[in-house]
Amino acid sequence: MSKKDTNFISAREARKISKENNKILKKLDGRLSRKNVPESEYLTTMKDPGNVVEFDDLHTYFFTDVGTVHAVDGVSFNVPAGKTVGIVGESGCGKSVTSLSLMQLLQRPTGQIVSGEIRLNLGDKAYDVAKMPIDAMRNIRGNVVSMIFQEPMTSLNPVFRIGFQLDEVIKLHNTGMSDEEVKQRSIDAIKMVGIPDAEGIYSRYPHELSGGMRQRIVIAMALVCNPRVIIADEPTTALDVTIQAQILELLRKLKGEINASIMLITHDLGVIAEMADYVVVMYAGRVVEKGLANEVFLDPRHPYTIGLMESKPVINKKVDRLYSIPGSVPNPINMPDYCYFRDRCEKCVARCEGKYPPECHVTDTHIVSCWRYFDETKGGTGR
Amino acid sequence: MWKFIVRRVFLAIIIVFLGSFIIYGVMRAMPTSFVDAMARQRAAASATTGGPTFEEWRAQLNETYHLDVNPVVGFLSWMGGVLHGDFGTSWMYGIPVTQKFNEVIWYSVVLNIITLVLQVITCIPLGIQAARRQYSGFDYGITVFAMLCISLPTFFLATVLKYIFAIRLELVDLYGIVGRFHQQLSPAGKMLDMAQHMILPVLTLAMLNIGGLTRYTRTNMLEVLNADYIRTARAKGLPEKEVINRHAFRNTLIPLVSYMSYLVPSLFSGSMITETLYQIPGIGYIAYDAMVAGDLPFTMFYSMFGLILTQISLMLADIMYAVVDPRVRVN
Repeated sequence: MSKKDTNFISAREARKISKENNKILKKLDGRLSRKNVPESEYLTTMKDPGNVVEFDDLHTYFFTDVGTVHAVDGVSFNVPAGKTVGIVGESGCGKSVTSLSLMQLLQRPTGQIVSGEIRLNLGDKAYDVAKMPIDAMRNIRGNVVSMIFQEPMTSLNPVFRIGFQLDEVIKLHNTGMSDEEVKQRSIDAIKMVGIPDAEGIYSRYPHELSGGMRQRIVIAMALVCNPRVIIADEPTTALDVTIQAQILELLRKLKGEINASIMLITHDLGVIAEMADYVVVMYAGRVVEKGLANEVFLDPRHPYTIGLMESKPVINKKVDRLYSIPGSVPNPINMPDYCYFRDRCEKCVARCEGKYPPECHVTDTHIVSCWRYFDETKGGTGR
Repeated sequence: MWKFIVRRVFLAIIIVFLGSFIIYGVMRAMPTSFVDAMARQRAAASATTGGPTFEEWRAQLNETYHLDVNPVVGFLSWMGGVLHGDFGTSWMYGIPVTQKFNEVIWYSVVLNIITLVLQVITCIPLGIQAARRQYSGFDYGITVFAMLCISLPTFFLATVLKYIFAIRLELVDLYGIVGRFHQQLSPAGKMLDMAQHMILPVLTLAMLNIGGLTRYTRTNMLEVLNADYIRTARAKGLPEKEVINRHAFRNTLIPLVSYMSYLVPSLFSGSMITETLYQIPGIGYIAYDAMVAGDLPFTMFYSMFGLILTQISLMLADIMYAVVDPRVRVN
């Protein structure tokens, strides 16, 4: 590939890429499409039984026509039971792809989990989601892991009634239930998310509801089967601020009620600060810093995290212009093997010229991938 | 809602009225007319006996056929007849136009309904499959086939089909709607005989239209498959079959039914080229003959029928929209 313009590829290169992609995708996608795979193949054990989900060196790539996009490139973090983990990062940093990998909802066939493990704790056993075929995945989706999407206006099917859409997921995962029980449970779920006149809403169409109400329905739909993990992918981005606060409050309340863990994906640091017990900061497909919310907020270490903190407005502080991190995210195709943030970083040290930094343990829970803390933490154990 | 329907009906009446006036005007403005041709013929016949000349014949016939008045008056008097339920007598066929129409329309309707059914049951599954496996070999295959069907001219396709099935394989007759021994056959045999003669025309018509509908289905399905609610359906844990057949298909149906509502008038307007090529006495074939001969009452009836059907189908499309899409339902 030419050095000067990485977006340009010749016809020959395109053919080569497409040929290689086809070969890889046939193998990977074929593995996903299998039926009746024995459970033993994806059975695994949790490193720590107190976690519900463990992402271990996850690599999720998109095999596109212009090259392989390393959307998630070696992400590891844990979601402990009953806790909220906030995943923060700018657009395109791989936070949504990480969560979609857990649901195996990546755009097929181009998006594929290439390596790594996603261990999912089901209580009595644990599955490695990365190895599961779609067929087996269906029992997990909506039942053990459920998802709240970003766009309440479009994430409900416009041609079906609210009741039907709720009933559907209950029936699917509770095969023995009678129709009356299913309906009652749907109505209870609507009440649970704080909508008055649940019976009326049950027979309404999505377009008859406001954005905030629709998001409540989406939340009801996600919670109705008492999942162990709820992925909330920017649940408040499309809502106005007052509704945002209500929805967050609702999520926090319901999380306690059904004792689920939440993976909260957002680029809003305020939301994270309010909700999260743990924070994972992602940049260009990698985790750059993770730790307890207090640690990351009060003592941010990675220059990127520091930049993020500085770029949010602070009350009672008068500034002419908000801070913004200089430069932009590198091209996700052909990522270099050095710290991805190096070219934008104002605090580079000599070691930054070298390879990608290892994980450095600032405390037992606070981990940062930056050469600046390498010596201080005695050479980062990197697990 | 009622206000809306009444307004639509009112508008439709105006459109039908103005539309038929334009057609009447065009028919009257044609350089030759049925009367001219007849006058020429009679003048030639009476030339040897020293009878009336062409001009005399024409003046006489114009009076008989009421072509001696100006087009507006002519149109209004025709319209007056129509309002009394009298569409006149076909000049060319010599029988009331409604009778002639009734004789020939059913060939076309049967032909077109079979074609439409065939089209729907092949195009929709093909389009959905093509969308599901976007950019696969199957998708490209369907695209090439669809493009081929759209691009082939009727006469070429018909000739090829005739050559293969009628001449080489000798499976069906070359043209016509009945076989040579039709009269001797039992009623069931007569039906089968006609059905056999419909095979090639149906195939021709279906192939011509298959491309468009397949591509249309594919495009709409692709759009729906990328929608957020499909991801929601998958996130619920629904099997892929149900995601496609229930959640995606119901949404694909919205543009499809309106598209198909527009096909209703074409069911009755016949298919001139195909019917001519296979010599089926359907409405397309007969109406074309009548139009060329300048048969004013028949052409006017045929056009007005088309106009009314178009208006009905447009209203039908609106109603169908409301049926499949709850967002446009009015309480």
